[in-house]
Amino acid sequence: MTDTATEQRTAEPEQQEPARDAVITYREALREAMREELERDERVFLVGEEIGVFEGSYKVTAGLFDRFGPKRVREAPISEEGFTGLAVGAAMMGLRPVVEIMTLNFILVAIDQVINHAAKVRYMFGGEVGAPIVIRTPNGAGNQLTAQHSQSFEQWFAHVPGMKVVAPATPADAKGLLKAAIRDDDPVLVVENLVAYKLKGEVPTDPDFTVPIGQAQVLREGSDLTIVAHSYATQRALSVAERLAEDEISAEVVDLRSLRPLDMETVAKSVAKTNRALCVEEGWPSYGTTAELAARIGEASFDDLDAPVGRVGMAEVPMPYSKPLENAALPHEDKVHAAALATLGERPEGGWQRK
Amino acid sequence: MDEGRLRELYEMMVLIRVFEEETERQYKKARIGGYCHLASGQEAATVGVLEPLSDDDVLFTSYRDHGFALARGVSPEAVMAELFGRCDGCARGRGGSMHLADPDRNYLGGWGIVGGQLPLATGAAFALAQRDEPHAVLVELGEGAVNMGAWHESLNLAGIWELPIVYLVMNNVYGMGTSVDKASAEPEVFRRAAAYRMRGERVDGQDLEGIVGAADELLREARDERRPSVLELMTYRFRGHSVADAGKAYRSEDEIAGWKERDPIPTLAARLGLSDDEVAEVERQMVERVDEAVRFAEDSEFPPVDGLARHVYGDPDSPRQFERMAPGSPFGERELVLEGGGLGHD
Repeated sequence: MTDTATEQRTAEPEQQEPARDAVITYREALREAMREELERDERVFLVGEEIGVFEGSYKVTAGLFDRFGPKRVREAPISEEGFTGLAVGAAMMGLRPVVEIMTLNFILVAIDQVINHAAKVRYMFGGEVGAPIVIRTPNGAGNQLTAQHSQSFEQWFAHVPGMKVVAPATPADAKGLLKAAIRDDDPVLVVENLVAYKLKGEVPTDPDFTVPIGQAQVLREGSDLTIVAHSYATQRALSVAERLAEDEISAEVVDLRSLRPLDMETVAKSVAKTNRALCVEEGWPSYGTTAELAARIGEASFDDLDAPVGRVGMAEVPMPYSKPLENAALPHEDKVHAAALATLGERPEGGWQRK
Repeated sequence: MDEGRLRELYEMMVLIRVFEEETERQYKKARIGGYCHLASGQEAATVGVLEPLSDDDVLFTSYRDHGFALARGVSPEAVMAELFGRCDGCARGRGGSMHLADPDRNYLGGWGIVGGQLPLATGAAFALAQRDEPHAVLVELGEGAVNMGAWHESLNLAGIWELPIVYLVMNNVYGMGTSVDKASAEPEVFRRAAAYRMRGERVDGQDLEGIVGAADELLREARDERRPSVLELMTYRFRGHSVADAGKAYRSEDEIAGWKERDPIPTLAARLGLSDDEVAEVERQMVERVDEAVRFAEDSEFPPVDGLARHVYGDPDSPRQFERMAPGSPFGERELVLEGGGLGHD
């Protein structure tokens, strides 16, 4: 929200009841975002596999085909490169495509259209034409989906100038960021999460509600340690913070919400307060989001840091099938908790004597 | 065809030939850099297919695009300035030889990844259909692109969704140094259209009038009946794949000489009954025209370096979205990207 908008809002007399929040799931929040944007802007259309009568592989688009018909909710064949590129071309012509890629894993066959085409068009042609495309797709692991279906490599896209990448961790952000992405004039990858689809939370019903791209959020305030995360890792961070609180450790949780642009201002401000940072991600940490964060925190917050920046991610293996092996590979809460303690520099048996 | 119009198309073909020859000279003087793909020999195919393309129709091409840009009406000045990397280039010095474009003329670009333009063009046709606009898309590709997945996926989507698009295959026999016979299990590319229940036509790419007729018919079917199609033009590039390729390692002198006997420019001059003097006069005029373009390009400024990051993003809110990225940003990023004011607009 701009300062002006804030001023206007506070200056207005509160005559009417503010729009209520609804308690809905992350999945429903995404659906609401698309429903509202399809209604608001006739240029918007959805395209993807099984998003129509099948209602989406993860039921995110349930009901939209019935409501908006086959032209606005376009059922595509299994052809990611084809329909992703088609959406880029349609966007260059002024439409507002929202592409569903069934899971992030399947975007690899379309990556040329995203990186070499969508992210390049505006710059390469001197600003004359852009590609306001949204690609929404879930990352994530934890359901024994194994090596080819359990990945979280969204940072590959955040690496690329021309792209914007957002990764909501809560139902409200799922709605607000998807709506902001659809309204944005640049290509935006909206990374959803398989496990998060069933999360419930309060979501604004105001059709003008959006969450600004490029702004992180402090989801929990604390003073001893900053845990920085995005997507489902944020949920892990919140539960770890809860657990740390039992031992009187006050952890602050910064949910990035956007990977590109990356809100380092909020991160640095938090680290200035806590002097310690732990970065958590669902994907492999090598060359990952946590690597980028550690480098930038090192630059921005060198004088504030009392300990090296900690990092937790998935074990660097292709995801195995067997449940104990999968659990061992995931950046689950026990690992995050242990890493938090390591960053704090205190051993469990030494007690939690922080001021 | 009307003789007067044919004469104009002849002049455009000569302009393209002269432009390409001058481009090679300027490249050798190192005033043009990067990859540079010339299309000498393909002028009839280039000019012929664009003749029935209306102003409202949309054009996409591969990277062998100088001729297409000129024939679509982009000025030689804007093209040469782009090759020189100058401000007044049609892509403001951001694109170069492979990425000419002019959205005002519905030319949505020269694209550098083989086959990559096909899904985009299919999407442009999708947009026309979605808005019920009575126009069509023409997308050019080389015959080397038809073995890419993007070709298959695009034609399949155009087929099932009945999109108004003509896939123009410039079959100049070689994809770099690999002949179509070695590269394609079905080297008669137009036949592949049948796999998508589409019409496919193969036409002599050195015969201007035949090309105009075939392109006109297929574009009409696309516009009026939403029937996509494949148009294969049999042509030849006299030069190598790019200026770095002599074009002789993989093809014989005899073969090249044989195609030069069917050079589309003298062929059309003979058809028009032009005298040697008239031919020389047209060439003189076009040389003058291209010289003007070179002078213009020389005089155009290089784009200012402080605008390096301009046009990466286009949303008006982008500078604000990115301003919080400043703490800890790598050396140079902050100055160029965040404080250069260049994220959004000129």
